[in-house]
Amino acid sequence: MLQDLSQYVLDISENSLKAGASLVEIEIIENAADNLLKIQVSDNGSGMDIEQLAMVDNPFYTTRTERRVGLGIPFLKQAAETCGGGIEIRSEKGKGTRISAVFNRDCIDCPPLGDIPATVMALMVGWPDRSFSFTYRFNENIFETGTDQLLEVLEDRSFFALPEVALWLKSFIRQNIDDLRSGGE
Amino acid sequence: MKVLEKIRSLEDLRRIKEQSKDLTAARSGGKTRIIVGMGTCGIAAGAREVMTVILEELDKKGLKEVAVETTGCIGMCQKEPLVDVIRPGEPRITYGDVGPDDVVRIITEHLVNGRIVEDKVIGQTD
Repeated sequence: MLQDLSQYVLDISENSLKAGASLVEIEIIENAADNLLKIQVSDNGSGMDIEQLAMVDNPFYTTRTERRVGLGIPFLKQAAETCGGGIEIRSEKGKGTRISAVFNRDCIDCPPLGDIPATVMALMVGWPDRSFSFTYRFNENIFETGTDQLLEVLEDRSFFALPEVALWLKSFIRQNIDDLRSGGE
Repeated sequence: MKVLEKIRSLEDLRRIKEQSKDLTAARSGGKTRIIVGMGTCGIAAGAREVMTVILEELDKKGLKEVAVETTGCIGMCQKEPLVDVIRPGEPRITYGDVGPDDVVRIITEHLVNGRIVEDKVIGQTD
């Protein structure tokens, strides 16, 4: 099992990028009234056909050749189902994939959100030529950022390689998530 | 619905950009490369925290001629987190079971002083 939801978001997004996505959209929704915690990753990568889709939560199916076991999705599915939720995967060959996982927010076994800012930072540093959007909804409040917003300031993707920019991004997202959480409940 | 914006923080980003006028330092030609394994196995073993410490150390030490990259699973899952260091003109060194403290050593010893951290090496490719 991965330790927290931010690690699952990183793992699923890495799948999207390896599937050739030029845009990965990450959304996290926390809603106290609905007792809902939801993570969703949508991409415009190569997508899966029906046969692949049927196999995706089987740990002994993987497209990789380096090892024969793929554990990311099966782990996420197990974690979500343990918390009264589940995963939903929609995919179309040539169009992209959307994976969402839903948890009962008050479930004692619900994985913590973890370090979401570090996940977004790792993605944007590791894949500077791809685009990301990040949305965090906490009850009625919403925070959005992404490659487009940052490029309005930076104007050049080369800046994503600067450690100072990466660390700024991490604290920018942290600050905004904390603001939303403290003001939203 | 309330939309929160942090204009001042984006101003901080603008300042970082303007202080890094020499953009050539941010491009990857002729630089040392650090590559972190970011497959499921790497993530589970703490690769993202290792990457964060790498960026913090590079920033702290002002090392600009270094490119931080990620890669997927290379089949040595039991040795994750894996970190490769490639200095221009030198063999590719693969470090295994790298923790945050090891990152500080690898950057100080290998990147700054040019001395390989032998006890963490699990592979070398010419």
